[in-house]
Amino acid sequence: MSFAKSKFHHKNLPVNDLGLTYRDYEGAISTLCAGCGHDSISAAIVHACAELSIEPHKIAKMSGIGCSSKAPNYFLNNSHGFNTVHGRMPSVTTGANLANKDLTYLAMSGDGDSASIGLGQFAHVVRRQLNMVYMVANNGVYGLTKGQLAATSDRGVKNKIGDTSLFNDIDLCVMALQLGASFVARCFSGDKNQLIPIIKAAIAHQGFAFIDIISPCVTFNNHPGSTRSYDYVQEHVTARAVTDFVPIKEEINHEVPEGKFEDVCLHDGSIMRIHKLDANYDTTDRFKALQDVERHKAKGEILTGLLHLDPTAQHYHELNNTTDTPLNQIKQDLLCPGERVLSTINDSFR
Amino acid sequence: MKKTDVSTYDHFLKVVDCQQACPAHTPVPEYIRLIADKRYSDAYLLNWQSNVFPGVLGRVCDRPCEPACRRGRVEEEPVAIFRLKRVTADLKDDISARLPKAPEHKNGKTVALIGAGPASLTVARDLVPLGYEVTIFDRDFKGGGMMRSQIPAFRLPESVLDEEIDYILNMGVKTEFGTPITSLHKLLKDNYDAIFVGTGAPKGRAINIPGVKEADAHIALGIDWLSNVSFGHNDKAPKRVVVLGGGNTAMDCCRTAKRLGGTDVKVVVRSSYAAMKASPWEKKDAAAEGIDIIVNHTPKEFVMKNGKFVGVAFEQVESIYDRGGNRVLKQTGKTLFVECDLVLVAVGQDTSFPWIERDIGLDFNEWGQPELNDKTLQSSIDKVFFGGDAAFGPENIITAVAHGHKAAISIDLFCQGVNPEQRTDSDFALISQKMGMHEWSYQNITDHEVRHAVPHISWEKAVKELATEVELGFDDQLALQEAKRCLNCDVHTVFTESTCIECSACDDICPVDCINFIEDIPDNTRPAQELLKGKLHLDKATDEQDYLISDKLKTGNIMVKDEDMCLHCGLCAERCPTGAWDMQKLTLSNVEATIK
Ligand SMILES: Cc1cc2nc3c(=O)[nH]c(=O)nc-3n(C[C@H](O)[C@H](O)[C@H](O)COP(=O)(O)OP(=O)(O)OC[C@H]3O[C@@H](n4cnc5c(N)ncnc54)[C@H](O)[C@@H]3O)c2cc1C
Ligand SMILES: Cc1ncc(C[n+]2csc(CCOP(=O)(O)OP(=O)(O)O)c2C)c(N)n1
Ligand code: SF4
Ligand code: SF4
Ligand code: SF4
Ligand SMILES: [Mg+2]
Repeated sequence: MSFAKSKFHHKNLPVNDLGLTYRDYEGAISTLCAGCGHDSISAAIVHACAELSIEPHKIAKMSGIGCSSKAPNYFLNNSHGFNTVHGRMPSVTTGANLANKDLTYLAMSGDGDSASIGLGQFAHVVRRQLNMVYMVANNGVYGLTKGQLAATSDRGVKNKIGDTSLFNDIDLCVMALQLGASFVARCFSGDKNQLIPIIKAAIAHQGFAFIDIISPCVTFNNHPGSTRSYDYVQEHVTARAVTDFVPIKEEINHEVPEGKFEDVCLHDGSIMRIHKLDANYDTTDRFKALQDVERHKAKGEILTGLLHLDPTAQHYHELNNTTDTPLNQIKQDLLCPGERVLSTINDSFR
Repeated sequence: MKKTDVSTYDHFLKVVDCQQACPAHTPVPEYIRLIADKRYSDAYLLNWQSNVFPGVLGRVCDRPCEPACRRGRVEEEPVAIFRLKRVTADLKDDISARLPKAPEHKNGKTVALIGAGPASLTVARDLVPLGYEVTIFDRDFKGGGMMRSQIPAFRLPESVLDEEIDYILNMGVKTEFGTPITSLHKLLKDNYDAIFVGTGAPKGRAINIPGVKEADAHIALGIDWLSNVSFGHNDKAPKRVVVLGGGNTAMDCCRTAKRLGGTDVKVVVRSSYAAMKASPWEKKDAAAEGIDIIVNHTPKEFVMKNGKFVGVAFEQVESIYDRGGNRVLKQTGKTLFVECDLVLVAVGQDTSFPWIERDIGLDFNEWGQPELNDKTLQSSIDKVFFGGDAAFGPENIITAVAHGHKAAISIDLFCQGVNPEQRTDSDFALISQKMGMHEWSYQNITDHEVRHAVPHISWEKAVKELATEVELGFDDQLALQEAKRCLNCDVHTVFTESTCIECSACDDICPVDCINFIEDIPDNTRPAQELLKGKLHLDKATDEQDYLISDKLKTGNIMVKDEDMCLHCGLCAERCPTGAWDMQKLTLSNVEATIK
């Protein structure tokens, strides 16, 4: 067996604020097919977390079932993780987040996991505005079960064995926009210059952040008839804007040409600098985003980039007015004040 | 950007750092793999083909391959390449039957070789199997040149030297030993078809300071003194010996003096310790044998007292480097007096051609060196060729061997009536090493493993015996462990633009961030180094290797791989869904022809 990644690294590899290199954020060596887009997403997550200097033990990786949901094993070896039941990642994440809101929740799901079996769970976690990063590795098929068409597949496309997609596709970005997600983006796994800053911004964003990542399945969905193949996506991808993520500690240069740039201040003080390619583009305009996505789709294009961002939206804990101290850190006597207090409460209802 | 030229072997040979650095381009990784397979005889013969003296070089080579070795860039210390070379000689079977022989029918051409050092012996080895009748002249009574006369037996046992010289002489070389050549003019009249001059750099440099005449009986030139020891004319040294100079000759002098009875042996050198010319391992061994090295002192006078020699006076100096990086010695005003009975002067050697008449058409340059064609080693008399230390001044054995190969090719062409500049280059092949899923024909997993030290006899015993070899060499187990440290740099990452789908899997997996996909840069003229600055994952850590730059890919982007840090781990090829990367072994059909 000659399949192990050497611990040697480049002598010029930078270290982050914690003294770690990005190699310290890697996971086990991937067992996905060679060339799988999901591996590129893993690499982007590794770089994003390293660049943000997040302590690995302050991250929880959440996933369902699928090749995409296996991927958390291939990044962040020193983080927490929960590989849940198919389509049930959102409820488990909600529970975890309720118990410990101090962790960064990075969820990795698939289009099968989120748009088929887990669609109901997906819709509700968006509504709930849970503070998490929800990533879907969108390959248009059920990779793990050998290439059945997923609900995100465009109507009319054929899968590898020749089955045609008869039904309308589900666009998870459109759903997320409709259901009020405060951060919605679409990316391509093959474009790290776009993906890494967007993952970083999604992590910095306080609230529900959704990223739909087109992630070609080299084995079951990379044939000429597919609209999720490397060739097709590379030819049809268009971006609304080039996004840069500027962490809090870096100084902001205010002299940017008017009209072309937009700086959006995130909750934690970091900045998303958006270099607009489309002059009418406005991150806060949810309706426009919906229209743009649909319009490009009608033209046969895949619109990528940050689609919508509302840094002021309230998230789950704010809406529910939960305690500042995470529940898992509250001692038993406070959580469970005892029989006397309970009877006082009960008495108040009598 | 300009695509890397992969239509010749140049880029690939350069990637094999050790092979490129070896003057004879020995296929190092290939023989290391053979050692790992315990195929010692095959490994020996592969060495022998390129460097002619594996047993000798495995002990005393200057090893320019090691500082170049990739392992030294990705880790701390290079692969112990020359130690492994010795293993092939120590553990091989009898290989004499596998050596080339002179053909029964000669080609009718005669060649005279002057001097029987490694350069001439290499020429003989290359020409005799082709049917040349070769005569080798030396003023000494045995072959080997300075390998025999200068390099002490405690570093290089005579039996090892004899064996490898005999392999060549027994092929059917005519020897005229004990025969100094005193006139090139005369030799030219003997109508040899070609003459090769391999007379080395046999003249030791003297030091001209006050007292040199008076103290004459107590001063010897290092190289003359060493050859007297080698040939048994001298087997004693006085108790107190001072060696002047900081090169390898100085190290051999002091260590020999210690073995011949010197109890207080000092080396005094003008430079700092770091700037000494001696190899680091020579300095270390001398220190281990209890020799004092006094640095930053320059000799001022050989001091006589009442007509008796008492010692050497020195001035302390400081090395200062001027803007051009040249060393200037500045006196500090302090002095030092070292008492001693014998001074060995080891401050350099020169070539010596009193036997070449200056009016026979052989041109010399302003430094008294023959004018030579760099590419062919041909002199201004077309049938006379030079090589080894005689050609450009003192170097080392492996350089002499490389010159020998180069000159042999020239002589062969010349004797066939072809201009030696019209050389045919080596063919090359790149062969896939893929054996199956996750399986390569070479050991591609690499991780940290420190260099293994060579065992040696105790230093107390070492300094007592002149002819006992100090180093013991690796045994098969140590050899196996050290062999595993080799990164197989001759198994190349070969990229095919037309099959790449730009999925970035290779870029993601590469442990050392070699691989980049970037927008093409519309500039064909400026150097890649400059154009790529800041555009890749990481800037170069060293400048030892080039970039591998692809043609435009489908999206218009290009692939740029930095060859500097690549581990040859094959993960890129393993991860590539389309086989756009493959790990392919470079083989050269004629390694000697690649020596340029
Ligand atoms: C003390 C010392 C230690 C060294 N240690 C090392 C070492 O560890 N590793 C290493 O790689 N190199 C070492 N070298 C250098 C190495 O020995 C030489 O670079 C190498 O031997 C040069 O080979 P050559 O064939 O050019 O000539 P040489 O080996 O010098 O051989 C030249 C031969 O020509 C003969 N000759 C000269 N003039 C005439 C003439 N007119 N007629 C007939 N014969 C003649 C000489 O007798 C001699 O035998 C050392 C050198 C010295 C002085
Ligand atoms: C409850 C349940 N139903 C069905 C399955 C079978 N199953 C495993 S993975 C999968 C689809 C995964 O598709 P997707 O989420 O798109 O992941 P991909 O492999 O494409 O990345 C299905 C249907 C299961 N594991 N559990
Ligand atoms: S690692 Fe092996 S092949 Fe590479 S330079 Fe070193 S010895 Fe040569
Ligand atoms: S062989 Fe490929 S993956 Fe391995 S270090 Fe070299 S470029 Fe990187
Ligand atoms: S893994 Fe292969 S196909 Fe993918 S980018 Fe690298 S070379 Fe191209
Ligand atoms: Mg899928």
